[in-house]
Order: sequence, then structure tokens, then C-alpha cells
Amino acid sequence: MAAINRILVLGATSAIAERWCRLRAAAGDSFLLVARDGDKLAAIAADLTARGATVGTSTEDLADTADADTRFSRWTGTLGGIDTVFLAYGILGDQQEAQSDTAALARGLQANFTSAVVWCELAARAFELAGAGTLVAISSVAGDRGRRTNYAYGAAKAGLSTYLEGMAHRFAGTEITVICVKPGFVATPMTAHIDGRDGPLWATPDQVAEDIEKAVRKRRPEIYTRWFWRFVMLVIRHLPRPIFNKMKI
Amino acid sequence: MTAREDLNVLAWGRVHRGRHFVSDPATRNGVGAAIRETAEAGASTLAHGLGRSYGDSGLNLGGGLVRTTGLDRLIAFDRAAGIVRADAGLSLDALLRVTVPAGWFVPVTPGTKFVTLGGAVANDVHGKNHHLAGTFGSHVTRFGLWRSDRGEIECAPDENADLFALTIGGFGLTGVITWVEVRLERIASAMLEVENIPVDDLDAFFSLSERSDSWPFTVAWVDTLARGERLGRGIFSRGRWAGNGGLNPHRSGGPRLPLDAPGGLLNSLTVGAFNRLYRARPGARFHGRQHYDPFFYPLDRLRDWNRMYGSRGFYQWQCAIPTAHMREAVRVLLDTVAASGDASFLAVLKTFGDAPSPGVLSFPMSGATLALDFANRGADTLSLLSRLDRVVAEAGGRLYPAKDGRLPQAMFRAGFPRWTELEAARDPILMSSFWRRMTEEA
Repeated sequence: MAAINRILVLGATSAIAERWCRLRAAAGDSFLLVARDGDKLAAIAADLTARGATVGTSTEDLADTADADTRFSRWTGTLGGIDTVFLAYGILGDQQEAQSDTAALARGLQANFTSAVVWCELAARAFELAGAGTLVAISSVAGDRGRRTNYAYGAAKAGLSTYLEGMAHRFAGTEITVICVKPGFVATPMTAHIDGRDGPLWATPDQVAEDIEKAVRKRRPEIYTRWFWRFVMLVIRHLPRPIFNKMKI
Repeated sequence: MTAREDLNVLAWGRVHRGRHFVSDPATRNGVGAAIRETAEAGASTLAHGLGRSYGDSGLNLGGGLVRTTGLDRLIAFDRAAGIVRADAGLSLDALLRVTVPAGWFVPVTPGTKFVTLGGAVANDVHGKNHHLAGTFGSHVTRFGLWRSDRGEIECAPDENADLFALTIGGFGLTGVITWVEVRLERIASAMLEVENIPVDDLDAFFSLSERSDSWPFTVAWVDTLARGERLGRGIFSRGRWAGNGGLNPHRSGGPRLPLDAPGGLLNSLTVGAFNRLYRARPGARFHGRQHYDPFFYPLDRLRDWNRMYGSRGFYQWQCAIPTAHMREAVRVLLDTVAASGDASFLAVLKTFGDAPSPGVLSFPMSGATLALDFANRGADTLSLLSRLDRVVAEAGGRLYPAKDGRLPQAMFRAGFPRWTELEAARDPILMSSFWRRMTEEA
């Protein structure tokens, strides 16, 4: 890809999104970064600019889909067209809280599923008009099987994965690429509270970003990152229920 | 957010380790809160980057620790002038990936690229070009400092000049360094012209050192098991930037040492065998071109190489000896090591230049520096190190706090007589295990 890419990053303060943007910045790509935390957004924009990218920012809450169409058109206008959309925001939430606090449950679904698919569909519309484009969205291995410890988050991500799978099906054979990224454990601020982050199953955001960039180049509709999660989840999905039910995962 | 308890924060030598209350700010604006919450949990706090300090200068055992590795962003990079400003937690590893393709290199680099900019300032690190370029701090134009009594301030030679000079080589005690601006060096390629020359004894080293003054990068590896006439035998290495060869930065990765090596793996027998092979290998007489990565950072090839010394860890020891006594003192030091039968795996000898650092407590001085490391064998190792200390004290030299975990208080105060100025300027909320040892009254 010699031409400059115009990239819309939704949830640009996520560690994975930031590392992926760094991989692209040296090529001189043009970014519009959207996220809630304006302070962190400004720091990331300065960093990517120093690395050689052209960067704009917009501080807004992406879980809120009010005026979604207008906002998406505004972003497209700012970038002068969109070649790539990278959707990376999400909230891990707390399963116990989701079970006892219906507002928290609804907030999680709104952030991780409802709003995410709204932006994905708007990206698809833009790409269809342009005849080409790449959508990368961060889902999760948590969506592969409902587990007692995080099924509220997992179900939202399962919904997102299925939505992306359908879009990939819809655009098969076209110049439009849809990529569902399923990370396993990643050492990011979102998981800072979890112990044992230097264990063998954990990846750094840099490793995940490199895996994603490889998938973009190869136009893979779905990737697990690190790669071994495909097999871990294959086993977990096929565990017989009597065994699965005894597990505290 | 509250500080997290981490029971096992390690210094690079792995001898010093223990409990800290840790916080990881995600942006520079989060530093103030991180300082407050870690100091609240641990009574005092200290900035901690990639943990490459060998001893207790990067630790604050039982206290707070502000981990700066999340502050890893560039702020501005002027590609025409070669001036870069970046968060204090940015590593040289990450910085070089950006600056090398643009034709710029850090003006001074230590022997690993896994150090942060903040750590490079706080320890006023030096490299193979000290005799021409001075220390890292000599190239720092400006930095941000977060103090509990003043908030974030800027320091430069003409702005808060006292704090500027006390922070360079100030062990992170004058405030938490938030960002650093440094003047880079122009390079035409990522390759160096390198000459490795075997030397037979100490005199050969010093005379070759003198004749190599026009080479920007010089260093020697010394076989510490060689005795008598062969004392000081080693390989002298010198290099200069090549005029062409492309501007490709280093690659990432490389193997990691996954486990602690069994204790005693590095003993005089294995080190002796290694030393013979090291001198006999073709590379010992290498004349040619080498990428900066293997030239400056040979040990970065094996991540976590510090685990080679087994679970008890190891001691680094590095001295600086003034020119007037350097030949004699280095001879006695090497004699002492050889006589002890305790082999040092990595023995590095280099002459320092006379460029003064802006840092008040900067380690290098005009003369020679010798760096050694020894597996931790308890009392035997400590007794050998005290014997080495005495030689340095008599020669009017000093020891490098960033490398040392047992530097005696009297030895430190004699080597750095202006330490009281640092104590006076210290941010009262900041403390390290090292500084506690250096300042407590007996």
C-alpha cells in the first residue's frame, strides 16, 4: 500500500489501538482519533505526529450513539474519505456487578455491542459507497463460549463477532475487508488489576498489534491473537458440559 | 485508583528485591496522582523505569514506586535539527526505532537499549564515547520535573538551573522526571566501522587507548583470570559511524532466558573456558562493518541474561579512577580479582575523557573505569568487593551507585562530596533504598 491511508480509530486510547497506530505512523498515514479521554488522546496524537503521521482528534463518548449518522459523516469529512476503520473500545466490566445492577449490565451491552455494531454498519455503508475499505474490530475470545466469570462481556463480544462474521460474508469477493480480532489475555490498563500478567498466556499490546497488522495485510476475516488462543478456545468450546460445569473459569 | 502491592520488585542484579506499592500512570498528567497514592501507601515513593539499575538505587523497599513505562510517548521530534522531546518512560529501544530511519542516534548510549530516558538522566549514563562526548546529561537540553511542593516545573541550564544540575545524576530524588528533551547525533548509516584488537597486557591496553583517541567509540573486554605478565590481557574494540550502509533500525525480539540458571554455572572454570574461546574466536580480530545493535548492545541479544547468575543474583561493581593513579590502581584491582580466584564474567575497561558533566553527582571522572560482576556468593563476594573498594578509595576514585547494591556510606560520601546538596534539594516525598543507606546516621 503505497498510497496514504485515511484511518478512523474509534477508541484510540486503547493500548492495542495505540500500538497498531504506531506501526502505521511511520508510513505517513492520516489518522482521526476518537475517544473519551481528551488528555490521553492529545498525548497519543502528539506521539503519532512525531512519528510521521498526520493526526486529528475528536473527544467524544462512542458508547453514546446519538446522532450517529451525522457524527460519522463529520469524521469522514474531516479525513476527506475513509480507507480504514479500527474499532478498539470496550469495557471489561464486572460479572458480579452485571448480575446485580441492571444499569451496569445495560451500559456494558451498549458499549461493547450496540454502539459497536452501529459504527461498524456506518463504516460498511461508507466503504460500499467508495467501493473499498477495511474494517478492523476488536472482539474477544470471551465470546467463544459463555462462562460464569464473564458472560455479560462475553455475550456482547459474541454478538459483535457474529455481526462481523455476517459482514465478512456479505462483502466476500469484494474490495471490502472485515476483520474480527479475538485477543486472549493482553497486558493493558484494562487488565491491570489481574495478577500473573507475566504468565505464558499473556501477550503485550505490541505483539497483538503486530498480529493485527499481519491480518490486515493478508485480509484475514478472523484472527486469534496470540495464535494459540484458536486452539485454547477450540478445546474450551468442545469441553463436555459435565467437565465444563466443574470448572471455575 | 489505588497503588497495587507488588511483593517482588527486582533490581537487575536480583540480589535486592522486595515489596513495593506500585502505580502505573498512563499519561504525564497522571504522575501527580501516582506520586500521591504510592507515597500514601508506602510513606515515600520513587520513579522506576525498566529496572536496569543493578543494586538498590532504583528500589524503595517497603515504600512506593511510580512505574514510568506507561509514559512512553514522543512529544515532538524535529527531524531537521535532531532534537527530540519525549516522555521519561520512553526506552532508547523505542526511541531509536523512530530516530534511526531519520538519520539520528542518541548522542550517548549505555550498554543496553532497555533503559528509559528518565533513567538515563537520573543516572547520567555514559557509553563507549565518553572520552569525546561526555555523559548523557551533557546532551540534555531540558526536562520536566514533578515535585510534590511545586507541581510540574521545567528545568534547563537557564531555568531552575540548580535543579537541572542536581537532577542529572541525582538518582531520581529531586522530583519525578516527566519528560526529557535531548539533542541527537547525526548518522549517515546504522553501521559502524569496527576494529577488534587483542591486547596482551595492561600497558598495551593503555597505549592503544591513547592511540585510539580519534575513534569516537572505544572499550575493552578484560580476561580477569589472566595473571602475572598477562595481567590485563583482553580485546580492545573501537568503532566509528560508517559513511553509508542504510538507516535500518534494530529488530525486536531475540531469545529470552526463561529460567534462573543453576547456581554456580558461572564459576572460574566455565568463565576461564569462555575467556579462552572468546579471545580465540575469529571475532576477536574482527575488522569490518557492524550494525549498531550488536556493537552497542551485545547483551540485549539474550533477554533476561541476568538470570545466568542463578537465583541468588549477582553484584556489579564499577569504579572510576583519576588519571594520575589509573594505571597502578587498575593493575592492583585486576591482581586482587585474579588472586581471589573468583572470575568476573563481564570485565570492561575504558578510559574516560575530561568533559565535565552538568550533573553535580555525575559518576565519570577523567581517568579510567573498570566494571566487574560477580555471582553472589555471600560473604566471600562482599569481602572481595571491600578489598576492591579500598584500592579505589586510596586512588581517590569512586563507585557507580547505579551498578552497586552495597556501596558503603563512607565510600559514597568520599567519592561524591557534594551529596549534601542533593539531600538538601531532594523532594521530601521521594526516597530510595540506596539513599536511605547513604543518609542514615550510624
